[in-house]
Amino acid sequence: MLLEMHDICKSFPLGDGYIEILKHIDLSVEEGEYLAIMGPSGSGKTTLMNLIGCLDVPTSGSYYFCGQDIAGASDDALADIRNSSIGFVFQNYQLLPTMTALDNVALPLLYADVDRTERRERARAALERMGLGERVEHRPNQLSGGQCQRVAIARAMINKPKLLLADEPTGALDTASGAQIMDLFEELNAAGTTVVLITHDPNVAARAGHTRHILDGRLVEEDAL
Amino acid sequence: MRENLSVAFQGLWNHKLRSVLTMLGIIIGIASIITIVSTIRGTSEQIKANLVGAGTNGVSVRLYQKNNPYDLTWNPPPDGVKPVTEDTRQELSRLDHVESVSLFHSREWCNGIYAGDHGFNGSLLGVDAHYLDTAGYALLYGRGFSEADFAKSKKVCLLDAAAVTALFGGDFPLGCTVEILEQPFTVIGVVNPVSKTEPDISSLSDYYTYYSSGGGTVFVPGSTWPILYRFDEPETVLLTADHTDNMTRVGQEAAQLLTATQITGGDGSFSYRAIDLMEQAEQIQQLSRSTNSQLIWIASISLLVGGIGVMNIMLVTVTERTAEIGLKKALGARKKRILYQFLTEAAVLTSCGGVLGVVSGVVMARLISAVMGTPTAVSMGAALIALAFSTVIGVVFGLIPAVKASNLNPIEALKRD
Repeated sequence: MLLEMHDICKSFPLGDGYIEILKHIDLSVEEGEYLAIMGPSGSGKTTLMNLIGCLDVPTSGSYYFCGQDIAGASDDALADIRNSSIGFVFQNYQLLPTMTALDNVALPLLYADVDRTERRERARAALERMGLGERVEHRPNQLSGGQCQRVAIARAMINKPKLLLADEPTGALDTASGAQIMDLFEELNAAGTTVVLITHDPNVAARAGHTRHILDGRLVEEDAL
Repeated sequence: MRENLSVAFQGLWNHKLRSVLTMLGIIIGIASIITIVSTIRGTSEQIKANLVGAGTNGVSVRLYQKNNPYDLTWNPPPDGVKPVTEDTRQELSRLDHVESVSLFHSREWCNGIYAGDHGFNGSLLGVDAHYLDTAGYALLYGRGFSEADFAKSKKVCLLDAAAVTALFGGDFPLGCTVEILEQPFTVIGVVNPVSKTEPDISSLSDYYTYYSSGGGTVFVPGSTWPILYRFDEPETVLLTADHTDNMTRVGQEAAQLLTATQITGGDGSFSYRAIDLMEQAEQIQQLSRSTNSQLIWIASISLLVGGIGVMNIMLVTVTERTAEIGLKKALGARKKRILYQFLTEAAVLTSCGGVLGVVSGVVMARLISAVMGTPTAVSMGAALIALAFSTVIGVVFGLIPAVKASNLNPIEALKRD
């Protein structure tokens, strides 16, 4: 089991009280799975993604990622897990505008204390695999949306993570680029990477191995919708 | 570290105007300090160079009452203080590092010296046979004092160039008569200080005891002094040391010896003390240092203001770059890494300010020296300290923004855009 969530709740302070965004979530993901989590906006899917991605800790409940207890981990421990085991792909790419594609891709290696020459070699190789070998020295504003997202995927995969976590990865892309990205995800999953995809697009979710739905902070079965 | 530095420099470059404006406080502060320190050092070095260069390593030891020189112009010779004898002079000359010893009587701003209609109010010195050599005078023309002049208390005198000008308007004075306190003295020679460098320090009034360039100096044999004044006046002792560094020591030892042998009674308020130029130079240097250290404090306020400006801009930068910080944390950057990144940026910012400050400080010091004619000496040490200090300012004032950045929650940060 790659990740195992049991009875997870997450609430945020709001005014004098609290608002409960996630309610008693139970979720487990096997290694090698390709899971889509679907839900309308406001359903809590981004909060769930933050929890899965170890960007945040639950208010209550237990969460084990690769057998490691996340609920009680320190900020730096979470940072190390994110760095070594989780690759993020965001809707708006989240590339640093002042850096070249190469430097963007190499960034996680910097935090893994890989030396400079190796960082650049590995980042270049990763970009070449994404078909961006000609674009390594370009900055994000010189790249198309599809290219940016492929740079982001190269960055997400650079540390060979166990989990690729994508939040609306095709949301900002045209149909053709979106399809390309979805093909890429399938390839990566076929090569053994676990993929968790968060989306509100049924066409995107349909490409995944299976789908869970989230509604008002609860995971529900499809027929309940 | 290398990544942090290159990111920091890139950040500076990307916001050139903002960076320069932020650094301005630091630049002005460091530049003022460098200017002030350079000026102080320049003045100090000049004072020292003048005194040491112009002098013959001469130290004069004179009678003091409490902490003031005892002035025989207005006061009678004190009880319990013996005139210095030839034996004592020889004893002094046997002290370590002493090259020569001379005894002399003196009057400053002396009235009652005339040549025809011309008056004179420079110094009158009653000297012994060793004085001219010890004080560094050379005969320009005529002759010096002979054995007979001293032995028979002949009324003869030597003049220096300023005295010749004052008394004879530049006419050839040899053989003429100068009236000193109603006694006729015959001019037998003209002398000049050997050292050519004329000192240009006017605040050292004692300096004129030896080189009274103002009113000039008239020399008479010491043995004629009782004719003019009193026979029991205690002499001032002029010693020369073998090296500038030994001046203070020679002066102190001679003063001790004289105090021990010459003062036999009295009320205990008298002592012999050395007036040495090195010591006085240091006093002047100290004076200018303490005045200027206040200026440095004022300049430091500018550094403080500059530091606060840096903190302000760094806080703005942290807010602006929330998304970047969030992303870096999401990708696995630990707190410390973010902390160091922002500390490095602040330190790079202020260090650049420091470099620019040192450069403009040096330029300013040169400019002042060119316009005002005062010397400056740029100190490498001061420049390095200023640079180090500016870096420290960056680290200190960058700390709060850096801690703020490192504590950002990655979700909050990613949510922003």
